[in-house]
Amino acid sequence: MKFSLSWLYDHLETDATLAEICAKLNQIGLEVEGVENRGAAIAPFLTARILEATRHPDADRLQVCRVDAGPGMDNVQVVCGAPNARAGLAVIFAPPGTYVPGLDITIKAGKIRGQASGGMLCSLRELGLGEESDGIAELPEDTLPGQSYADFAGLDDVVVEIAITPNRGDALGVRGIARDLAAAGVGKLRPWLAEAVEGTFESAITWENTDTEACPWVLGRTIRGVKNGPSPEWLRRKLESIGLRPISALVDITNYFCFDLGRPLHVFDAAKLAGGRLKICRGAGETFRALDGQDYIVTPEDCVMTDANGVQSLAGIMGGEASGATEETTDVFVECALFDPVHVALSARRVGLSSDSSYRFERGVDQALPIAALEAATRMILDVCGGEASEVVSGGAQPKWQRDATLRFDRVRDLGGLDVTADESVSLLEKLGFEVQERTAQAVRVSVPSWRNDIAQKVVLAQGNKLEVAVAAKAAEGVALCEAESDLVEEILRLKGLDSVPAVPLPALSVVPGVALTPKQARAARARRILAARGLVETVGFSFVSHEEALLFGGAPESLRLLNPIASDLDQMRPTPLVNLVAAAQRNAARGWADIGLFEVGPAFSEAGQQVVTAGVRSGHTPRYPGHESQAVSLWAAKADALEVLTQLGVSPDALSTTADAPSWYHPGRSGAVRQGPKNVLAYFGELHPSLLQAVGIDTPVVAFEVFMDSIAEPKRRKKAAPKLSAFQPVRRDFAFVVARDVAAENVLKAAKGAERTLVTGASVFDVYEGPHVAEGFRSIGVEVTLQPVEKSLTDAELEAVSDKIVAAVSKATGGTLR
Amino acid sequence: MSDDLEVFRQEVLTELAGAADMRAWDAIRVGTLGKSGRLTTLLKALGKMAPDERKARGAALNRLRDELNRAVEERGKALEAAALEARLIAERVDVTLPPPVEVAGAIHPIARAVEEMTAIFGAMGFSVAEGPDIETDWHNFSALNTPDHHPARTDHDTFYLPPAPGLDVTRVLRTQTSGVQIRTMLGQKPPIRVICPGRTYRADHDATHSPMFHQCEGLVVGQGITLGHLKGCLIEFLRVFFDKPDLPVRFRSSYFPFTEPSMEVDIGWSRRTGEIGGGDDWLEVLGSGMVHPRVLANCGLDPREWQGFAFGMGVERLTMLKNGIPDLRSFYESDIRWLRHYGSDPLAPALLHEGV
Repeated sequence: MKFSLSWLYDHLETDATLAEICAKLNQIGLEVEGVENRGAAIAPFLTARILEATRHPDADRLQVCRVDAGPGMDNVQVVCGAPNARAGLAVIFAPPGTYVPGLDITIKAGKIRGQASGGMLCSLRELGLGEESDGIAELPEDTLPGQSYADFAGLDDVVVEIAITPNRGDALGVRGIARDLAAAGVGKLRPWLAEAVEGTFESAITWENTDTEACPWVLGRTIRGVKNGPSPEWLRRKLESIGLRPISALVDITNYFCFDLGRPLHVFDAAKLAGGRLKICRGAGETFRALDGQDYIVTPEDCVMTDANGVQSLAGIMGGEASGATEETTDVFVECALFDPVHVALSARRVGLSSDSSYRFERGVDQALPIAALEAATRMILDVCGGEASEVVSGGAQPKWQRDATLRFDRVRDLGGLDVTADESVSLLEKLGFEVQERTAQAVRVSVPSWRNDIAQKVVLAQGNKLEVAVAAKAAEGVALCEAESDLVEEILRLKGLDSVPAVPLPALSVVPGVALTPKQARAARARRILAARGLVETVGFSFVSHEEALLFGGAPESLRLLNPIASDLDQMRPTPLVNLVAAAQRNAARGWADIGLFEVGPAFSEAGQQVVTAGVRSGHTPRYPGHESQAVSLWAAKADALEVLTQLGVSPDALSTTADAPSWYHPGRSGAVRQGPKNVLAYFGELHPSLLQAVGIDTPVVAFEVFMDSIAEPKRRKKAAPKLSAFQPVRRDFAFVVARDVAAENVLKAAKGAERTLVTGASVFDVYEGPHVAEGFRSIGVEVTLQPVEKSLTDAELEAVSDKIVAAVSKATGGTLR
Repeated sequence: MSDDLEVFRQEVLTELAGAADMRAWDAIRVGTLGKSGRLTTLLKALGKMAPDERKARGAALNRLRDELNRAVEERGKALEAAALEARLIAERVDVTLPPPVEVAGAIHPIARAVEEMTAIFGAMGFSVAEGPDIETDWHNFSALNTPDHHPARTDHDTFYLPPAPGLDVTRVLRTQTSGVQIRTMLGQKPPIRVICPGRTYRADHDATHSPMFHQCEGLVVGQGITLGHLKGCLIEFLRVFFDKPDLPVRFRSSYFPFTEPSMEVDIGWSRRTGEIGGGDDWLEVLGSGMVHPRVLANCGLDPREWQGFAFGMGVERLTMLKNGIPDLRSFYESDIRWLRHYGSDPLAPALLHEGV
């Protein structure tokens, strides 16, 4: 909402400065979004008149002018190069010290080719206002010298733009803003009274209101014999100051009231309405061409106005082109209605059309204003366009908008945190237009002004459907009693200023606060640190990706496809953060940064729901350094990443097994699933499938992992048993088992570990070999087994016995033999 | 000393002096003092001598033995020291070479900011609540006193999803994390102190809007919680977060469907330099207000009994301000250079006692 200060002064008597007005607007909830002060930049420029112009003695193209620029400067010599400078011309004069925005210079008094020059005569372009021109600006002949040019040209008016929150329909008119400022102590609201215009004949158009739900009340009257044309200067300037284009007097007058009082009006060309009657009803699928020249289809959901020819207006939103007022209009029918805000809002959204009118109806207009507004508009039309007004016709009835609200005085302190006396509370409410109905020592009951639709509204709840009936009913009863009171507390705080409320620390619930994160949240935080400490860099990717990309990662159900994506490549909820990570690796590689590691801890979406997945990629090659060759990233790094996350988060490595059945986006022979038990998959890892890399456009090796955070069981919090620290050295023995090629190394280790649990404390693979000396289809797995004696050192015989047990166990489990 | 012993002594000392390495030294040591060394042989020969002759020669041999022992030992030490010296020289490397490369990882600035918020609000007794990104219409709007026709809804350019199979409920990508507040009030009895950080979505994409961004909302419900507490809590947070104990904070009346009174919160800054806390300009950073009675009642709480406040802030916005990050879009582009530049060290998490 824009308004100029001069327009504000129509309603507000104040000597407050612009800065004070803006500060107050911000305080009371009318946030200042911008202040446009075109006049400030050109304040020093004056109107002037050239008294005499003579050829410069030493320059052909220059003239020496004597200029009258008003009192104190009524005879200034100025050297001027403009061809149109001549005696008698009214001009714009820049005295010394003036900054000229169009030239970016500051004028100094001096000499030009030996002749004194005490200022400059300017073109509009030099003021930053107009187009390039051949000479200096020529002002009307009768211009009085010595005026501020900004004042003279009507550019002195400061325009303020404020943001209006959806509850404040009353502030969508300049008068409403003035009222709020006056209540907050900035000046005095000027009285406003509409003078009734007596109708002298019966209106040729009447109302038939068949839809009082969408349009409870509508007024109108015919004004005949008007002469439409350009608006008077004052009206055009007002509208232009807030960025509206003047159209014609009749239309400009409706726009004026729309912004002055927040009261939308519409004018029909009475001659173009057929049948003498406007009917308010629902649409029936007709096509309707509105004043914006666009066609709209109106449905039974939309309230419209029709005449014998069809739809002439989309109620409260926009009038029709066919019956709009034009320069030729002589008889006009003025409409002033109350429309239901919800109907207008839904209708405007349905047809995709928003207007200054619908914007106001949606937010609620003054319920008591229609008669006065129609009279004021009639008066202005008669004044500007002449003509004769009919009697007022109406349809429906003025709705009952009157309602009360009660404030218990101590609630200002107990809810709002501010001590305000009862008298001051009442006085502030009265300034806003509330009227005291009843007052006791503890409370006051006030009536709500007709323009404050947001206060003491009918309570509409949307209670949760699983609430117990009694609980829901009690809560609902509470709202009925509290809500209007909260409204009033807000009004009082708004006017007092929230900065006056003392800040109070929250009372401590305990001296040392409790843990803020759930175990699951803490795990996510730790996963981040674990992976970042392993050299991976965290990313945040959009939760939506392209449908096609999602398909590559196995999940793109239609139920997770956005109905209104912002772009076609952001339409599918991602099945895994890997989608984003692989794309990110590709983008970085394309930029010359191929050798990187990225991870994300974020949501993955499937028809089963949403889960947190920690995913990562490593691409390119490992770093080179002396004595160390660079190698392609390996799936073992990805496996290590996944296992590190799992074990650091409390999963016992002994509880894990790896199977070679990762999903389709991994290389089928170089990937795996990490499981806890047969069903619970905790992670996938491996090289990405070559076809996927090709589809995504990556030509560098990429390995990846996904850890399913929600599948990790909460670690049990039990005390660790004291460790058994043996006094004897551990013994390490190497074994080489020849096993069939498809035997999993994991099974060899498991068998070795399980062979003698009292002695074997560890087993690890140190070598895998295939080739000469090992039969075709077999491989040799070198295993180091750690034996930890507890009571005494092992004898050779004991050592021999346990070695035999290990060999037997591995052989039994895997068919392997000692090499 | 008899002549033969003197000659022997000189021979051994000369040999020792000429021993170039430990091996030559050891040969001399064994050849002189070993079981069948020359001195040992001479000592053994004593037994065959006449007693008087033996006495004088024995004393001379013992002196000689002591002297040679010392000489061998000294020469051994000297050779050892020389060998070590030579080894140290031989083992010298160019220490200006870099150590093996360990690539550093980093935590994303959004995660870092949420961690900082958690630390600060955690110290004020808040815990962290989370909820689904795909919300029902009711959780995201209706329960928050934002019915379908509400003008505030058109301000939220909402993403819609088809109804979940078998359920006739409008699903949206949450436009705010307020749904988590609703779930908290439905699921837990007051007193409540939670913050709800998370992803939020609005159909808007330009230099200052991203279709996905992060919010951190907060909710306090209790008895006797007033707007004064709201101010105290948020001023405390902002001053710690921006590490400016005197940060100017301003509260302005505003409107949100789910709070009343509602307010926007500004901090002081300089439009010219971007310095937080400096200059005479104000910058909006938060929305907040006392929880609307309807929102309480929608969750089964009687507003006569319970009241409280709620607030919401843009995580990216606060992060950008705190770290001087110019472009919102860069948060999601996963450009490794940007991530390394603005990312933080995983070993320096946000700990109040170390400073956030």
